[in-house]
Amino acid sequence: MSTLKPPLDRDDHLRGPSSAPIQLVEFGDYECPYCGQAHRTIAALRAALGDRLGFAFRHFPLVGAHPHAELAAEAAEAAGAQGKFWDMHDLLYGDQRALSLPHLERHARALGLDMQRFADDLRSHRHLGKIRADVHSGAISGVGGTPTFFINGRRHDGAHDFDSLLAALTLDPTERLQAHG
Amino acid sequence: MQRSTILQPGVEAPDFTLKATPDQAVSLSDFRGRPIVLAFYPADWSPVCGDQMSVYNQILDEFRTHDAQLLAISTDGVWCHLAFARDRRLGFPLLADFEPKGAVGRAYGAYDDKEGVCERALFVIDGDGRIAWSYLSPSGVNPGADGILAALERLRPDEPRQTRPRQQETHP
Repeated sequence: MSTLKPPLDRDDHLRGPSSAPIQLVEFGDYECPYCGQAHRTIAALRAALGDRLGFAFRHFPLVGAHPHAELAAEAAEAAGAQGKFWDMHDLLYGDQRALSLPHLERHARALGLDMQRFADDLRSHRHLGKIRADVHSGAISGVGGTPTFFINGRRHDGAHDFDSLLAALTLDPTERLQAHG
Repeated sequence: MQRSTILQPGVEAPDFTLKATPDQAVSLSDFRGRPIVLAFYPADWSPVCGDQMSVYNQILDEFRTHDAQLLAISTDGVWCHLAFARDRRLGFPLLADFEPKGAVGRAYGAYDDKEGVCERALFVIDGDGRIAWSYLSPSGVNPGADGILAALERLRPDEPRQTRPRQQETHP
């Protein structure tokens, strides 16, 4: 069985409480249309599950198929360094056709980022190490495509639509244990 | 559903020669002395964009760390493979198990007779040409590389383990 390695830690971007009984981790790519669909599904799941769900995102840019994906991931991390990871994440998935450098800079301006620092981070690839660490994590965890989800540390091999994910999230044994405990 | 029975660890890996490009053939025995990763898959142009081959391409460095050569095999012809590899910018050979169709897939027990395609089956072959690990993925599931990487790790227990920090150096 494929499991998440390493487990969630402080380096991860987390939405929702870290103590949430259900932890959903996505390995995703900003240029992948299936990840774009998943982004909308996850928003709906977060609304449905509230504080029961913690959601984390790790980067898995497929640079061969998606030439803009890695720079977009760097932009998300550069925004994260200024406390705006999820804002940038939402903007990137908001328009997946707008991922070239001028678009990324427009997003950064819209978020009120320190533009000098943002540009320096992209130019020096300051956050590429973090992205590569995420890809390594995906490799040893059994990522087989994008998006790949892990629910409470175990790979989810089912479908990615709202109903399938909701069923998997709420039927996970750990969660069931919590519910009955 | 009847699933095929793939070759198991300890068995000598059947040698084969398949076309990698219209004018270039590759034999398993060409790679003696190095670990080989054989990835059988059903077809090029998977409807899922983030497919298994794109993932393996993204993590080729992980295989290189083990000096392992990745060879992917499907029943698609060489021209199809060429177009697919160009489109996804794949940096490893796609071999055409095209004529006689599926012969290599059958030799490894990784051929789906009903669908007429290779199954998603993975093999790690050691430098002596023996199967060290094999895995048949459940239908419809893209296998990741976790099992492959763990098997490659086990192939060289005497060498110091490659430990990679969660946070790597930045690359200026």
